[in-house]
Amino acid sequence: MLSATVSDKLYKYFSAAISASAIVFLIVIAIVLVIYSYPSIVVYGIKFFTTTVWNPALDQQPTMVHGFEVLRGSSFGVLVPLVGTILSSALALIFGVPLSLGIAIFLTQYSPRRLSSLISFVIETMAGIPSVIYGFWGFLVLGPFLLNYLEPLMAKYLSFLPFFKGPVYSYGFLASGMVLAIMIVPIITSISRDALMQTPQELKDAGRAMGLTSWEIVRKIMFPFAKSSIIGAVILGLGRALGETMAVAMVSGTATSLPVSIYSPINSMAAFMALSLDGAQVDPTKMFIYALVEMAALLLIITMIVNVVARILVRHGFITSESFVQV
Amino acid sequence: MYWNKKSNVEAPETADIVARLDWRNPAVISNYRNRKITNNLIKLFSLVSVLLVLYPVFDILYMFAYKGVLLLSIQTFTETTLAGGLSNAILGTIIIIGLSAGIAIPLGVFGGIYMAEFSDRSKYASVVRFVSDVLAGLPSIVVGYFGFLALVLYFNWGFSPMAAGITLSILMLPYIIRTTELSLRKVPSTIREAAIALGSSKSQMVNRLTLRFAMPGILTGILISVGIALSETAPLLYTAGFSNYQPCGLCFHSQTAYLTGIIYTFYTTPTAEFQNMAYLAAFLLILTVLLINVFARSLLRRFSKL
Repeated sequence: MLSATVSDKLYKYFSAAISASAIVFLIVIAIVLVIYSYPSIVVYGIKFFTTTVWNPALDQQPTMVHGFEVLRGSSFGVLVPLVGTILSSALALIFGVPLSLGIAIFLTQYSPRRLSSLISFVIETMAGIPSVIYGFWGFLVLGPFLLNYLEPLMAKYLSFLPFFKGPVYSYGFLASGMVLAIMIVPIITSISRDALMQTPQELKDAGRAMGLTSWEIVRKIMFPFAKSSIIGAVILGLGRALGETMAVAMVSGTATSLPVSIYSPINSMAAFMALSLDGAQVDPTKMFIYALVEMAALLLIITMIVNVVARILVRHGFITSESFVQV
Repeated sequence: MYWNKKSNVEAPETADIVARLDWRNPAVISNYRNRKITNNLIKLFSLVSVLLVLYPVFDILYMFAYKGVLLLSIQTFTETTLAGGLSNAILGTIIIIGLSAGIAIPLGVFGGIYMAEFSDRSKYASVVRFVSDVLAGLPSIVVGYFGFLALVLYFNWGFSPMAAGITLSILMLPYIIRTTELSLRKVPSTIREAAIALGSSKSQMVNRLTLRFAMPGILTGILISVGIALSETAPLLYTAGFSNYQPCGLCFHSQTAYLTGIIYTFYTTPTAEFQNMAYLAAFLLILTVLLINVFARSLLRRFSKL
């Protein structure tokens, strides 16, 4: 048997080496993405970010551009998916944040203890439901509901607003925003609820003794206390919405042009990447794949920044191990 | 003080509050009505948000449970997707998840052990923590692209369960590392000190001891990661492909079916027989995820009683 100190050191260095696997994975992923997006970056340059045209020109002949083989007349522009991603995530936040905070307030202030734990259980179950199932439900239930009931009503009464006019579709901007909102509610709710519950009971009791109503206690005492955690939770939800692939792919309507109304089809980067990779393999110059990888790299950078900001905020706030595990 | 000094909250002056709540002041009386109305409005709003969010969830659970129970039969488990059953998808899911768990669990648990036991303030530990946060936030399609480019194309494994397993393990890894570290840190230091005082070496005895105490938390983390892996579709689409035949465990260039992929492939088909497979797959997935959630929660409850 080895001596105690030697086996200690061995164990330490062994587990240290294993913990490096996370770093290795991240570096390898970054390297692979850079290598496979480089041709597209060189060939299409800034136009990648400014044009809406996504034309792989699969019927054209190859030609050489900047040292890479490219199909003549091909143009890959990320603007439509990029705008779609930003819009659908923004709409998801607009719907999701008030709902989440409303639920968190309900759980901490207005609901009896038994009901709270039941609702919390359902919320945590929501977080675990696969995104394809949300997409499936959106496809079966939400789309038809929007098409037949909600959107005609909106078009009728809200058509004085510029973005609310126009032909209604079942799958598009509004459907994606709603499905994404449902998916980010569990994240924001559980972190916010835990943060709100951390406010010391003495402060809440002092508020009650002063005669503050429940809402005033939340607004003046609990929210300021939990502010950074709640903001962190919202940004985490944003990160989730930005990267969500399947649910958006199934209810977005997969547009090729920018949306003109809240009902029109959109496309998101993640959904577009998931739907197009199959067809991209027929491109003999492989530029289609390289362009998609460049989109992947862009999505990676955006979500990385958002998630890092969110985690810094959440760590400085208050988290318990339960809500931490959900995220 | 409990007040968070970084925020802009000022304690209202006592005289201010007393003035605002003096019942003899008629302005206060009318203001009280406003405050009460606001409070009731917020109460209504929060109740409405709960209902608005719970309705889709219950709709989903009910719809797929209803359809699933209606369609479930022995054929689901014995026939492949060619005949309306799901046996190849179920087996494929089990194989892929098994592979990814087999990779992610050792890597994650030992990583977490290092973070909790051997490195308190070191720079390296905070780098690993940061990296695992970044990995947790990666969109799954991006990791799927990585798996496609590196494993399916570059290594020329083709669509294979192994490629899918490695890709999914990247998604599972951060959660296992973090929950292992958290669970180990939660073990009271008195236990560690007692073991060392009795003469055990740091590595053997302490870890056998603290691991036993942290095990419920670690298992919860593993269960949650398995739940996350079960829910993934996008990365599997381009590392495992799709197939109507029974999966081959460690083969290369062999496409595999999996439950989430079944839903995605068949959700728009007009044929009832194929759509039923999507419903069944959804039902099985929801059932599994529910069970995992209940199990993890009871484990966590047992763990917090520590």
